[in-house]
Amino acid sequence: MIRNSLIFIVLLGFATMMYTLYANFDGNTELNNVARFYANEQNIQDVGAANLVTAVVVTYRGLDTLGEVTILFLTAAIIGFFLKLQQANASHGEPKRKPSEIFETAARVLTPIIFVLGIYVFVNGHLTPGGGFQGGAIIASSFVLMLLVGQTGHFNSKLFNIIESISGVVFVFVGALGIALAGGFLDNRIMEMGTFGTLLSAGAIPIIYIFVGLKVGSELSNILGNFREVQQEN
Amino acid sequence: MINLIITLFLGVTMLIMAGVAIYHKKLSVAIIAAGVVSLFASVMYLLLAAPDVAMTEASIGSGLSTIIFFYVLNKIRKTNDSK
Amino acid sequence: MEYISIIVGLLLIIFGLWGVLTQKNILKIIIGFSLFDTGLHVVMVSISYVKGRTAPILDDTVSIADAAKKIVDPIPQALVLTAIVIGLGVTALMLAYAMKMYKQKGTLDISGYKELNG
Repeated sequence: MIRNSLIFIVLLGFATMMYTLYANFDGNTELNNVARFYANEQNIQDVGAANLVTAVVVTYRGLDTLGEVTILFLTAAIIGFFLKLQQANASHGEPKRKPSEIFETAARVLTPIIFVLGIYVFVNGHLTPGGGFQGGAIIASSFVLMLLVGQTGHFNSKLFNIIESISGVVFVFVGALGIALAGGFLDNRIMEMGTFGTLLSAGAIPIIYIFVGLKVGSELSNILGNFREVQQEN
Repeated sequence: MINLIITLFLGVTMLIMAGVAIYHKKLSVAIIAAGVVSLFASVMYLLLAAPDVAMTEASIGSGLSTIIFFYVLNKIRKTNDSK
Repeated sequence: MEYISIIVGLLLIIFGLWGVLTQKNILKIIIGFSLFDTGLHVVMVSISYVKGRTAPILDDTVSIADAAKKIVDPIPQALVLTAIVIGLGVTALMLAYAMKMYKQKGTLDISGYKELNG
């Protein structure tokens, strides 16, 4: 009884806070100052990315992205370590039920298409909606489809680890080149800017985003592969 | 106007599904309901002019995290059976 | 429209917290956390919305010159983008711990975890 009333009081306090937040919100009609800086004509020309969200993620707040990718790497590493410990004293049970013929054929056809879509999404990250994170997630989902069919048997986490480490190193290296050749860390003006709105534009943004995509994709695949390995064993 | 109606519909469905996710007895139904909340949220992001966020939420929030939940549920059921 | 979505987001946050505080099953608690997450993201995206404007992507219809008058705020969107990915990592980590706890204790009910009573 006391516990329930405590929970109720906590929620009531929280709801009051939320209501204050709502009461002070009265629909924007103008951009605020920071956003106006990012949408400024001169600044858009300088960065050269048609998708402003990409410009913010990769260039203006690139350091955030670096930290974010590091957090994801740490989670993947902890999960791998944690589930490996569990596996050490587990024995293999009987093989699981085979997937149906229709599902197997459809998965075989769809896996490469989804994979190519993922690559398309992160190569065009600076022009269309999408980018490294979305592309990585799409690649991981094609990998899930592959795992569900059970083509791979034991999944090979070595390969993903190698891809992931190389992408991380290249990401930091391209960022550091910015210090040497342009204004600062993760500056994208180290290469030809190209014409605005074409595939080869926006300097180093496509390169950075491709490697972010590969890194996120391999990390998510690693997490999923680990969970799948554990749930297959008895 | 049509956007308003769609948003209202999405919001009401999301809240109902959130209730199902918390209170349904079967865990598999609760997990699916949480996935539906994410999926409808991604449509809402699209209406709020955020296609990037919509893509991320659709692929990660409702795809990958539902699959991880089901892997864990499956593992727990198997351990339960073998005991 | 942004008023409706901000209300929905705030209610989702409260629902999620309610689930975390009242449920006994550890998987239900994790579902509560993920609802909390979703609600938070909906609130942040609604705050970035500006009436009658389009997505912050420039093409033929939105030229560079009048970008400042036609697009919504890109910053909260960029923050939510990274927050969703981290949310998946955190959920996966919590699930791995839940799995380990189940293996050790043989139950998903948190009132069975006596050692944590202190």
